[in-house]
Amino acid sequence: MLETGLILRALARNKVGALLIALQIALTMTIMVNAIFMIQDRQQQMQRDSGLDEANTFYLTNTVFAQDYNIQAHLQTDLHTIRNTPGVIDAVQINAIPLSSSGWSMALQHESGEDKDAIGSAIYMVDEHAINSMGLELIAGSNFSQADIELRKDGQSTWPAKTIITKAFAENLYPDDWQSAIGKTVYISQTQPMQIIGVIKALQAPWNGWDGVERSMLVPFQRESKGSYYFIRTEAGRRDELMPIIEKVLAESDKQRIIRRVTTVEDTRLRSYRQHNATNKILSTVIITLTLITGFGIVGLAIFSINRRTKQIGTRRALGATKGQIMRYFMMENFIISAFGNMIGCLGAVALNMWLVHTFSLSPISFELIAFGVVTLFIVGQLAVLYPARKAAMIAPATATRTM
Amino acid sequence: MFSYYLRLAWISILRHWGLSLLMVCAIGLGIGAAMTTVTVNYLMSADPIPEKSQQLYYVQLDSWDVNDPFDDGLNPPDQLTFTDSSNLMRAKKAFRQNVQAQAFGVIEPNDPEMLPLIVNGRANSADFFPMFNVPFIYGSGWSNESDESKEFVVVLSKETNDKLFGGENSVGKAIKLEGNMFRVVGVIDTWQPKPRFYDISTGAFNDSEDIFVPFHLIADEKISRSGNTNCWKPSGDGFKAFLASECIWTQFWVELKTEQDKADYQQFLNAYVQEQKQFGRFQRPLDNRLSNVMQWLESQEVVADDAQMMMAMSFMFLIVCLLNTVGLLLAKFLGKAPEIGLRQALGASKSTLFSQYIIESACIGILGGVLGLILAYLGLKGVEGLYGDYMKGLASLDANMAIFAVLLALISTILAGLYPTWRACNIQPAQQLKNQ
Repeated sequence: MLETGLILRALARNKVGALLIALQIALTMTIMVNAIFMIQDRQQQMQRDSGLDEANTFYLTNTVFAQDYNIQAHLQTDLHTIRNTPGVIDAVQINAIPLSSSGWSMALQHESGEDKDAIGSAIYMVDEHAINSMGLELIAGSNFSQADIELRKDGQSTWPAKTIITKAFAENLYPDDWQSAIGKTVYISQTQPMQIIGVIKALQAPWNGWDGVERSMLVPFQRESKGSYYFIRTEAGRRDELMPIIEKVLAESDKQRIIRRVTTVEDTRLRSYRQHNATNKILSTVIITLTLITGFGIVGLAIFSINRRTKQIGTRRALGATKGQIMRYFMMENFIISAFGNMIGCLGAVALNMWLVHTFSLSPISFELIAFGVVTLFIVGQLAVLYPARKAAMIAPATATRTM
Repeated sequence: MFSYYLRLAWISILRHWGLSLLMVCAIGLGIGAAMTTVTVNYLMSADPIPEKSQQLYYVQLDSWDVNDPFDDGLNPPDQLTFTDSSNLMRAKKAFRQNVQAQAFGVIEPNDPEMLPLIVNGRANSADFFPMFNVPFIYGSGWSNESDESKEFVVVLSKETNDKLFGGENSVGKAIKLEGNMFRVVGVIDTWQPKPRFYDISTGAFNDSEDIFVPFHLIADEKISRSGNTNCWKPSGDGFKAFLASECIWTQFWVELKTEQDKADYQQFLNAYVQEQKQFGRFQRPLDNRLSNVMQWLESQEVVADDAQMMMAMSFMFLIVCLLNTVGLLLAKFLGKAPEIGLRQALGASKSTLFSQYIIESACIGILGGVLGLILAYLGLKGVEGLYGDYMKGLASLDANMAIFAVLLALISTILAGLYPTWRACNIQPAQQLKNQ
């Protein structure tokens, strides 16, 4: 370890150059670790299960503009037409689309009363075809029966007597045992009783940024409203072929309404997470360019410091140092600088993370990520210094004598 | 002398072209990243109506649940109940006042060949148009009298007028909206405030509306409302009960000319809430707020978290690039030690050397700035492409920003060059000459 002492003494003579590289490494580390953390955070959000059969579902909006129009009769005809189209598995009228960013929410509470605690949930008004039409998985209890379905007029304030909720919602309501939710009575709109008859595995709310996005409930309502969605599930692989067919059939069957926004659930997901995706791409670009800049900075500075020390290197070679020893010297020098930079970088990364946690309520960073950052920057440093170090090793011992 | 140094700098930059390129690229990337994020933040936090943003106030009243405050008690509710906004409207205590909500409807074109049109609308008061300086191509907004006599009038956006009337002057013509005939009174010129300050409840950067209709049409159920609705207390059955409920879904703006007017209006609001307390409403402590446009946008955190985080990161990125430049300049200038020694021996003073090397740094800075500007332009194009509609109109460089970019590059490079230059000027000539 004689060499380490030598390197440290040499570094002490050129403090500023070494310090500059160390600071660059430290800042790169700070940014890199936090950026990766932000990317991972978004990716985890995007990977959450929506509960839907996303590949084979789509929806459209039905907007009635005629004045005297029998909404209820047309709804039944429409649903009948769609459900009997070859290739369609099932279809349902619904009031909101998961991940679409607009929808309805209500809160459920254990006890009736104005001042009781309640937990918010997204509301999907559907009939007994919902589970089949959306590709949901009923994991406990039972589905609605046809007799449960009530007609809802716009502005109605009463709610049906039954509901099906997601497992995440059941866990929030009954933290000890979510399965005990089946058969329990809860209260909606502060005082109206509702019985939980079933639990579905997952169904996301319309708002992906909401911390209760996993909490949803199905209520057995068919709406008598001038605007609604039809949600349709097709046999595997037939979605794209059926979308224009169903749009055309509906549009032509009745000219007193507008069929619009025929959209796949996959597109809705893409649009919903567009900002997440964009931010991730930008952050990745930042990480890559930053690492490159730091890497090239190390190359540039190493080449210069080697040029300045040509004579010393030549002398060492003349005195018997091998090429390997010269190379090792520069690699070791970089390693020491990197170690110093990484140490400051760890502190910086944690500090920046603390600021992000404080200002934007992000979650704290993991130790593994910091370790990953340290290892990556060591590797980058060593790779960057490889070429200059090899150049240094190539210096002929004779150059030492030439300019003396 | 200046041009001589400029030539020297140029020769030196070309001689070590690899190193120079590395520095220019580093500065360019740093400036490019910083400018991209600064521009997005700058446009997001821009004053959308600078000529009167100090006189327009958004009204908030704390009508929320006594047991469970709105927004954890940090802010009063962000909208008003229909009852309150109607009462404030009737009181007419401000110079101008506007109650509004989002609406939508279907227009059946007169031409039977054309398909019906779903339009996004705004239901608002007559004062909306003069209050927010809305520009008109044809006609104007409707009058307060039209509001009072509940006329069926409509103002179209330029785009809607193009669709329905081929861009002709349609004032006085009729359109069929939700089954009723409406008289067109005005057509708005292209108008897209960014942020759309007058209503940020469903997104601060949404497009402005296709049509504008009088607010009373919502209460009369002639047009459907949309937008956010938030209730803490269940309402009874039917639309009448909903209108009378504690649900918030209307927005209220006032125009007040002076600080005194503002103080008076604040007093009026407090008195109003005190009066309402007698009916058992407003059980929370008094928290009525008047926020001018910029205060309102700030309290609603219109500048996205992402944009702020990115800006912080991009400035750190710029610092890395500058550290890089300091290191490289240092290496470069110290590499010239023999030359500097020679020049000093021949009589060059420290200040001449200093200006020579600072000019060299500045040249690199300007080149980096120009590269940065190009990269920022590309970066903004990329941001626009990635984010889509959300960033529409938020990703364009203006002259201010371009000047700022080059100045930032110039100043930061000169700063980066200070230490290396100082070191270069303090080289001992004797030491260098000995080695020659």
